[in-house]
Amino acid sequence: MAKATRESFGETILEVAADDPRLVVLDADLSKSTMTQAFMKKYPARHLELGIAEQNMIGVAAGLALSGKVPVLTSFACFLIGRLENIRVSAAYNRTNMKLVGTHAGIGIGEDGTSQMGLEDVAAMRALPNMVVLQPADHEETKQAVRWMISHEGPVYIRLTRQKMADLHGPGYEWGFNKIDVVFEPAKKPAKYQATIVSSGGPVPHAVEAAKELEKKGFAVRVANASTLSPFDGEAIARFAKDSQRIVTVEDHNVNGGLGSAVCEAACEHGTSLPVVRLGLREFGESAAPEQLYEKYGLTAPAIAEACLKNLG
Amino acid sequence: MSTATASPTTLKALARDMRADIIRMISAAGNGHPGGSLSVIDLLTVLYWKFLKHDPHKPDWRDRDRLILSKGHACPALYTVMAYRGYFPKELLMTLRKLGSPLQGHPDRLRLPGIEFSSGSLGQGLSVGLGMAISAKMDKASWKTYVVLGDGELQEGQCWEAFMAAPKFQLDNLVAIVDHNNGQIDGPVDQVMAIEPLADKLRAFNWEVQSVDGHDLAAIEKALAKAQKAGGKPHAIIAKTVKGKGVSFMEHNIAWHGNAPKKEDADKAVKEIHHG
Repeated sequence: MAKATRESFGETILEVAADDPRLVVLDADLSKSTMTQAFMKKYPARHLELGIAEQNMIGVAAGLALSGKVPVLTSFACFLIGRLENIRVSAAYNRTNMKLVGTHAGIGIGEDGTSQMGLEDVAAMRALPNMVVLQPADHEETKQAVRWMISHEGPVYIRLTRQKMADLHGPGYEWGFNKIDVVFEPAKKPAKYQATIVSSGGPVPHAVEAAKELEKKGFAVRVANASTLSPFDGEAIARFAKDSQRIVTVEDHNVNGGLGSAVCEAACEHGTSLPVVRLGLREFGESAAPEQLYEKYGLTAPAIAEACLKNLG
Repeated sequence: MSTATASPTTLKALARDMRADIIRMISAAGNGHPGGSLSVIDLLTVLYWKFLKHDPHKPDWRDRDRLILSKGHACPALYTVMAYRGYFPKELLMTLRKLGSPLQGHPDRLRLPGIEFSSGSLGQGLSVGLGMAISAKMDKASWKTYVVLGDGELQEGQCWEAFMAAPKFQLDNLVAIVDHNNGQIDGPVDQVMAIEPLADKLRAFNWEVQSVDGHDLAAIEKALAKAQKAGGKPHAIIAKTVKGKGVSFMEHNIAWHGNAPKKEDADKAVKEIHHG
């Protein structure tokens, strides 16, 4: 069943809280949007409303973590990253066991427009030592990633969607930390793939759709899903480089510093000469329905399919 | 748990010795912040000898009181107090700011046990103190949280977010102490960006506020004793201090905010500290 990953997060912390009394949730006046209302109602004594004051919320979370709690703070991705230096010191440098939840990732937020869109958060968070960066793409993956995040000792940033995400994984799926997994393979395994698409978060279903369309036309393209963005599974990229003609990255984020950059870094560091085509934002977004924006900014199946085949200059 | 048995005269002598060590260690480092270290040392002395429940041999003791030096640049004062209290050998003080030393230029909790929070980026410490105090309240624990802030630091907006938030959570287990030396890098605080009327502002933010001479050990002790009261409100102590206190040529002189004394000046300063 399609669910926004923010909804899956809200459900999961409610489940985890029952077994883990250390869990505390902090909000900055966006609990209705970040899906922590159910937690707030069930565990009012473990919920802190800090008002529209994100930097203080980050510091308070650090203090809670240093006293043995596991604070989970939520806001829109863009408002958290607006307090980068607080996150750098209070979360990353102090290596506090706090969890930062950034929702409404990318242009997927839609009509609210650019000031509400987290488009640079992954780039900034990836640059911080000690900080784990996660971006799950469906309900099951989010549930498992959130559970891992709470059990992990150290700061974690998880990036979640406003929009609903179709189920990507079948039953029995096991999420692995820092493991890029293949979510679509063509029926006939080729000697060489025309492309391997590496995507993360919102655009992953569109990447799968593109690969399916291409398969119908006789092209072999597989889709990989990177749900851990820092650290990064560079080994997987090196493997793809061996049997693919190119890699296409697709992300609802600026291409600089995000998934596209992580893939290029890994491809170079592993000594491959594989071309990488990066799809994502190269500018700010704007207001429109999310699907219109995905189309305009090249994150839907036709644009992804084109990137898999077009001549490289 | 350590006990507080030092008499006022002993404390005064200790503070004097520690002032000399602050000068020596910053001079040995070749850089650092003597002005704010000398203004805050009397506050830290009373806190560490008279109020903090702590165990230097067990710095992660769960029920210890927490102290955050939010004005992290004054860490030579904190390091000296910690050395004198037995957290580490005094010889280590002379490694300040040197490669591999746990005594970083600004406090680093992961390198030096006993540091509660790696500060240095001004404005963040009070929020962290709030989180600690909230945690103690949640656990119905009796330990307290002390946060020492600079007055220039209060120009950071985050401090006011924290001042606004603390009364909401009725954090009477939180004490914020402002080292009010009226000096910052670009000049006197009241000229760079005035923070007055500070006491009125904090009262308007629903804090219990006291003002005290930050170099009068007995007065500091009295104010801190009053701040133990559990009346539902967080406590602020505005400590009027002198930047560079104890060294005549450093006092009130902003040039000594972030400058290390050369050997000759350091010798002069130490001599003056010991012999007046």
